[in-house]
Amino acid sequence: MSSGVTSVSSQTTPAVSVSNLRKSFGSLEVLKGVSLDAKEGDVISILGASGSGKSTMLRCINMLEVPDSGDIRIGGETIKLKQGRRGMEPADRGQVDRIRSRVAMVFQSFNLWSHMTILENVIEAPVHVQKRPKAECIAEAEELLAKVGIADKRNQYPSHLSGGQQQRAAIARALAMRPNVMLFDEPTSALDPELVGEVLRVMRSLAEEGRTMLVVTHEMGFARDVSNRVVFLHKGVVEEEGPPAEVFGAPKSERFKQFISSHR
Amino acid sequence: MQHLSYFELVGFGPQGWGLALLTATGMTLAVALCGFLAGSVLGTFVAWAKLSGGLVARSVADGYTTILRGIPDLLVIYLFYFGGSAALGAIASLFGEDGFIGVPAFLTGALAIGIVSGAYQAEVFRGAFQVVSRGEIEAARSVGMHRWLMFRRIIAPQVLRYAIPGLGNTWQLVLKESALISVTGLVELLRQSHIAAGSTRRPFDFYVTAAILYLLITWVSTYLFQRAETHSMRGMRRAS
Amino acid sequence: MDFEFMQDTFLRLLSGVPLTLNLAFTSVAFGAVFAMLLALMRMSGVKVLDWFARAYVFVFRGSPLLVQIFLIYYGLGQFRPTLQEWGLWTFFREPYWCAILALTLNTAAYASEIIRGGLQSVPHQQVEAARACGMSGFLLFRRIVFPIAVRQALPAYGSELILMVKATSLASIITMMEVTGIAAKLISQTFRAVEVFVVAGVIYLILNFTITRIIMAIEWWLSPHLRRPPAVKPALEAVHV
Repeated sequence: MSSGVTSVSSQTTPAVSVSNLRKSFGSLEVLKGVSLDAKEGDVISILGASGSGKSTMLRCINMLEVPDSGDIRIGGETIKLKQGRRGMEPADRGQVDRIRSRVAMVFQSFNLWSHMTILENVIEAPVHVQKRPKAECIAEAEELLAKVGIADKRNQYPSHLSGGQQQRAAIARALAMRPNVMLFDEPTSALDPELVGEVLRVMRSLAEEGRTMLVVTHEMGFARDVSNRVVFLHKGVVEEEGPPAEVFGAPKSERFKQFISSHR
Repeated sequence: MQHLSYFELVGFGPQGWGLALLTATGMTLAVALCGFLAGSVLGTFVAWAKLSGGLVARSVADGYTTILRGIPDLLVIYLFYFGGSAALGAIASLFGEDGFIGVPAFLTGALAIGIVSGAYQAEVFRGAFQVVSRGEIEAARSVGMHRWLMFRRIIAPQVLRYAIPGLGNTWQLVLKESALISVTGLVELLRQSHIAAGSTRRPFDFYVTAAILYLLITWVSTYLFQRAETHSMRGMRRAS
Repeated sequence: MDFEFMQDTFLRLLSGVPLTLNLAFTSVAFGAVFAMLLALMRMSGVKVLDWFARAYVFVFRGSPLLVQIFLIYYGLGQFRPTLQEWGLWTFFREPYWCAILALTLNTAAYASEIIRGGLQSVPHQQVEAARACGMSGFLLFRRIVFPIAVRQALPAYGSELILMVKATSLASIITMMEVTGIAAKLISQTFRAVEVFVVAGVIYLILNFTITRIIMAIEWWLSPHLRRPPAVKPALEAVHV
């Protein structure tokens, strides 16, 4: 285990706690009671075949999908849900917005706002959602862009950047909200192979800073070397879980064995 | 009556109609602009109803756009002009007044244009909204933007940019439609030309002048819309 | 609402439908020929013809139809002696022919762009394939280019037809008693704007709906290659393919 351990203090409440999460789309049950705890500083890789429910779980944590049942606690605060006309819905929109600004999400397809420059993308949420002073946000955004290595692109529009640069800009946008937790939804899957490395390097450096990260990925190298825990989802349930050395060294589940051998 | 040359006729001399025509052109622009803006407001709400309204709101919105795009604009103008007068007359007769009461022609015109162009603009806005990337909207939700903030910062600027060509077309439509308002007696460009043509017996000269002035407005506004489009598309890759 | 009045209005307005359709179809038919000519001028590669067509389209699309109608109906009256000399006055004296002329010139401008779009949409490879078979000139145009272009342009041409039905209402301003003309007369006689409007609106919607359906049927009939093949194909046909 190479990272993240130093920052764990006497913290007892987990940064993210998911318990018994269930979610169906129509008649298809995607999550069948998934539980997961992430302590502060944990870097958790979530693996699984497509359709295993791993992205859905991540999206539930940020309330982009509303779970049918189960609890989601962010920093000890439970997201309140109520029964709406069309299934469950958040009971308190204000709470959801507040929590979302502490839980940053990085998408597979970057989703940078195409009508704004890179710098404008990065300062948008801090200025307008968190209402922080603009000058401070710009200074911080420039540091972040330098950190992810695209300081020179600050005044360009997303469509002028390569996929790898766009994803690094999206990571800077997520960091700018000073999040407690970062969610990565297959951040490298939409990238050409030669661009994957630059994004993984940035993610590795974030892990080494001790940030709490939940990463849905297909990158076995990242799961093995960077994360301190690996969760394998299969058909909506946690099939295998543990430190990478353990689960990769001696997998208990037959399905996980198959999965590893096919993703080498 | 001595015979005036064309330029004396439409010029700004003592017998020229220049000033009158220019004022009337201003009136055409004013009524078209007011109608267009009213249509923008209406179109926004109708587009919103079509996109996220309930069954009732959606049906009403669909009915509105289908009907208003299917019947002649002139009929709508008659409805507002005569219908408005009838309504006012009914109210006035309650107070013992009798007879025909004219609705202000400007108001009638702007409202009629607004109602008609609202139907076209609703379709333009709806089309433009559907082009906005779902992922970008999701990203806005994921950083905790609430509805209004998201509309203002992410959706509206993009919808507007995608809507510019369609709005340009609608504006041209509105401009031409404004000529129909002349039937209500509003002294806009066509009405003024009609008046001048009648009093000078030079109809050809005045209708040609009117046509030239309309073309001039069309030409300038096409240019402005193109500039707006180029400006708003900065940073976007051209699709073609 | 007064149903007797509405029924009466409906019958009266119905008597204007033939003229409305007459104006629309006559001008669209003449306009189509002219539009074809304009489209070919645009694509001819001859600069003078190209610029003439461009200017024509700009003028007739950029100015209001009502101005064009007035220009022809009232404006040409200024040259009455000359027109009489040439024997054209009997034509320009009639509001019907003036309306037809204005509508024709107007629709030609819009339709030429539709036709040009259709012609340009014909895939280059298909033209090449035809040339490879030895087709050229008018034969190539008639057998390959035109049929493909028509299918492509038909939906837009359908909308143009609907727009023309709406545009015929302007003829009422120069005394033509088509549906809108009768409606205006009824409104000014009875002051019952809403009822008359509703009935007239219904008539226009029915006309447009019917036209849309007919266009859709033609589209279907012209596009057997886009339809799903019949479930069981007769063996005979397979030989021909």
